[in-house]
Amino acid sequence: MSAHFLIVEALKKVYPAQGGGGTNAPVFEDIHFHIDKGEFVCIVGHSGCGKTTILNVLAGLEEATAGDAFMDGREVRGPSLDRGVVFQGHALMPWMSVLGNVAFAVKSKWPEWSKEKVREHCAGYLEMVGLGDALDKKPAELSGGMKQRVGIARAFAIQPKMLLLDEPFGALDALTRGTIQDELLKIVQATHQTVFMITHDVDEAILLADKILLMSNGPHAKIAEIVEVTMPRQRTRAGIHHDPQYYRIRNHLVDFLVNRSKTYAGVEAEMFHDPRNPPLVQPGLDGERAPVLALPTGMAAPQLKQVINH
Amino acid sequence: MRSLKLKAAVISLLLFLLFIGAWHMATLPKESTGLAGADAEYAALMGKGAEKSGGFPPPLEVGRAFVKYLADPVYDHGPNDKGIAIQLGHSLARVGLGFFLAVLVAVPLGFVIGMSPLLLRAFDPFIQVLKPISPLAWMPLALYTLKDSNVSGIFVIFICSIWPMLINTAFGVASVRRDWINVARTLEVNPLRKAFLVILPAAAPTILTGMRISMGIAWLVIVAAEMLVGGTGIGYFVWNEWNNLALPNVIFAITMIGVVGMLLDMIFGRLQQLVTYRE
Repeated sequence: MSAHFLIVEALKKVYPAQGGGGTNAPVFEDIHFHIDKGEFVCIVGHSGCGKTTILNVLAGLEEATAGDAFMDGREVRGPSLDRGVVFQGHALMPWMSVLGNVAFAVKSKWPEWSKEKVREHCAGYLEMVGLGDALDKKPAELSGGMKQRVGIARAFAIQPKMLLLDEPFGALDALTRGTIQDELLKIVQATHQTVFMITHDVDEAILLADKILLMSNGPHAKIAEIVEVTMPRQRTRAGIHHDPQYYRIRNHLVDFLVNRSKTYAGVEAEMFHDPRNPPLVQPGLDGERAPVLALPTGMAAPQLKQVINH
Repeated sequence: MRSLKLKAAVISLLLFLLFIGAWHMATLPKESTGLAGADAEYAALMGKGAEKSGGFPPPLEVGRAFVKYLADPVYDHGPNDKGIAIQLGHSLARVGLGFFLAVLVAVPLGFVIGMSPLLLRAFDPFIQVLKPISPLAWMPLALYTLKDSNVSGIFVIFICSIWPMLINTAFGVASVRRDWINVARTLEVNPLRKAFLVILPAAAPTILTGMRISMGIAWLVIVAAEMLVGGTGIGYFVWNEWNNLALPNVIFAITMIGVVGMLLDMIFGRLQQLVTYRE
């Protein structure tokens, strides 16, 4: 085993068919990828390709049908305080105050801490997400964006080795989303947190990620490519679209989602796609170069040419 | 909003006066006709004198019963003559004890059933069969096995209040949001802490609804149960006054049953508000 922080090997999920008899086609199979310490990895793909299932497997909330995940050299078995999760629907307990919600997590991690210490610790993290003066409010009194911030503070407060974010900004309006993205970016840059995040938002992925995993459509979904975001790490939402790399990466991602995500599944794909080692592409550096594929010599991949022309 | 309340209060008062007025008109003593020429003394002998009683009591007479009983609610002149507060106290004590025992059984059991889909299915047929049984149908069995009318009354309250609480607790626990459970799981919260800090508060509004329904049913049933077992309580009082043919007292007791029932419901409504959370 190499020194990667998180390793996912041959992950596969099959949901039992409705009515008991027979089995469905696997949602995804042959999922291989790894994440290094301090890396921010986004996973992008159409609905139904099993992104959330992969995240739940990493969180330990769901079991894969086959395959393994290792974090820090240990197999992922069941949920753990080492992995903080930010849920799509914020998942705050409405009967607890903002502070109470974070304190619930902190007390789970450090049960021996005194009340004052817990409060201080929680307040610090809530201040970090800009909620320093809303400690005693109930979640119902907060806006959607503020609730999601509490969710983020709760996940950071237990200082997990890895953070798992399931479309954390999906339910927010564009303006709020932008502000929280900026905050998350700042926090992650400051803490060098390892993050795995699901998103539907291509711009969000480019802004935040070091690597973007592109998933083909389900069933039989696979990791089609890994896009490296080659822009410098110090990005801002305001300046990022002035970088010439930005649109090359963005076009590449959108092309994938619109045109190519379908064709990577099935017989056609298996001829030239090795799921154990999905091609790593850097569309930002060289828009003219075709993705580095393990193609047999002389074999053309028409759908890829189409991409390059865009 | 305030004016709406005020208007409603005025209309309520008018309805009440209208009801009392209609009642008064309907029970006015009828003029004795056909006896005009008869000897007054003879009429008196025949029980048809000036004061005509025995019909449905007019509101004034009932009012006198209210005044009489409410003026001295706690006297005790032997087994058949106790103040209204004492009678209500006996009923409330029975309801309270039976209900409390039902809470002790229904809430933990409902919790366990709600947590386990297997047990939910296993218990379901029993609950479905036992739930629709009129609580009074248990009375003979209770009297035979418990050999005490008072304890049997409490048992009847117990058995009738257990079902709504059991079903609501199980339902509330089973339908706690997946997200909250998942939060607790990712935080490796131990089962006891999860039960008390996540599941119980999440299910509390549903559980309290079950308790409120149970209390309503218990108060309905206690009157009937006390009519059967006798001795003390507001139900026994009603039956006793019926045997005395003292209808004003019966009407008074009926009103008291209604008022106490309303108060009990209000208490549970308040408790429900306390545990309800806004999302």
